[in-house]
Amino acid sequence: MDTAPLPADARPRLSPHYVFRWEESQSAFILLYPEGLIKLNPSAGAILARCDGARTVGTIVADLQAACPAAQAAEIAEGVRAFVDLACDKGWLRAA
Amino acid sequence: MPTETHGISLDGQGKPLWLSLELTYRCPLKCTWCNNPLDFEDYAAKELSTDEWKQVLRAARELGALQLGFTGGEPMQRQDLEELVAYADGLGFYTNLITSGIGLSEERLLALKAAGLKQIQLSLQSTRADMTDALVGARAHALKLEAARLIKAHGFPMVLNMPVFRHNIALIGEMIEWAAGLGVEYIEFANIQYYNWALLNRDELMPTLEQVREAERVVNEWRAKLGKSMTIYFVIPDYYEGRPKACMNGWGAIHLTVAPDGVAMPCQEARVIPGLEFESVRERSLAWIWHESPLFRKYRGLDWLPEPCVSCAEKEKDFGGCRCQALLLTGNAANTDPACSRSPHHHVVQQAVAGVEAPLRFRKPLIKRAAGAVSTAFMEG
Repeated sequence: MDTAPLPADARPRLSPHYVFRWEESQSAFILLYPEGLIKLNPSAGAILARCDGARTVGTIVADLQAACPAAQAAEIAEGVRAFVDLACDKGWLRAA
Repeated sequence: MPTETHGISLDGQGKPLWLSLELTYRCPLKCTWCNNPLDFEDYAAKELSTDEWKQVLRAARELGALQLGFTGGEPMQRQDLEELVAYADGLGFYTNLITSGIGLSEERLLALKAAGLKQIQLSLQSTRADMTDALVGARAHALKLEAARLIKAHGFPMVLNMPVFRHNIALIGEMIEWAAGLGVEYIEFANIQYYNWALLNRDELMPTLEQVREAERVVNEWRAKLGKSMTIYFVIPDYYEGRPKACMNGWGAIHLTVAPDGVAMPCQEARVIPGLEFESVRERSLAWIWHESPLFRKYRGLDWLPEPCVSCAEKEKDFGGCRCQALLLTGNAANTDPACSRSPHHHVVQQAVAGVEAPLRFRKPLIKRAAGAVSTAFMEG
């Protein structure tokens, strides 16, 4: 899309009126919003769970890197940035 | 329900993700395109109690329901609406209110907000007071504008829903402009669907193809102008396109509607189909009705499909279209939806569109939704 990527010091948070939570019946994190719902895969869920308006994109990357083997560090950084940009573009997240 | 499936991105895996509760068919308005049953007044005495609705909510959550619409009739007519919203919110539903705005006072709006209501869909028929009031058969325009103002003032996301037909289709541009000024995020132009009251009045309500195309052009102009600040939902109605709609995303796939008397249905119109066995949550568990009842199994999946659907490449896209429309226009709910150009009954839909285009035709008065406006004696038994 045409939205510029978020800088590493941006603090993404869930858009107003969106509900993000674990849903047992789907065994997944879900996003509920006016007129829709989305089932998130585990990585998307892990990223969104950290988009609290306090953590920066950089912190979220470091956080998730710490939980995974070092060999995946670059892949995680790239994955988080791509997802956060997509989520902003779709209106799920806003950069605070 | 006009807000069919946009935004859905998960397959229900057999779960009724989308729950609509028709709390009541009572309504102060007399809309000629209403999709409530013609004998709506017979339901008032049979409405589920607060506790019965709560039981429905619990059962639906156990089945995996997530999105919830409180609708009607006019759901504000139920004085226990706030209590039901709070209960549903506590169970984990995303709660939506679908209202005409009549009865939505500031006091009740605040109570609904405190109860956890997430979103409001407000209907507005035109940008002009005299036209709105004439269309809905009541002095409603000013009340609707006030409701819209309050909804925005209290920070609810609002879907503005404009039912579209011949009388107001030319006002789509004006409506978008008005909504943009108010800061509406989402506007839906619901080309009305022809069931019940709307079907009675179809010949008078249907816009011409030319009007529909012009409306589409106006919508696209505004989409380009407003960009992301407003989502505008508008689809060319199935009568004109030769393609059937993927009605309810398939029968018994993700949608579950419960009528005021507790009858659970795959869609709000299913009762127009004769010969189906309707079951109420008063007699049967919701789980049994959803999974096992002959009603929900009747047209679920693709196995029941007739020709030409069986050999059609698009069957997984539209599931044969709408069962109620097949019944109303071909006399058999198991036929291919006649909105499909491949249906052997497609001429019925083409004739309806052609009838609208005819330059010299006798205009009939619209039949307003009102008790006793039409005889429903034939529906007994």
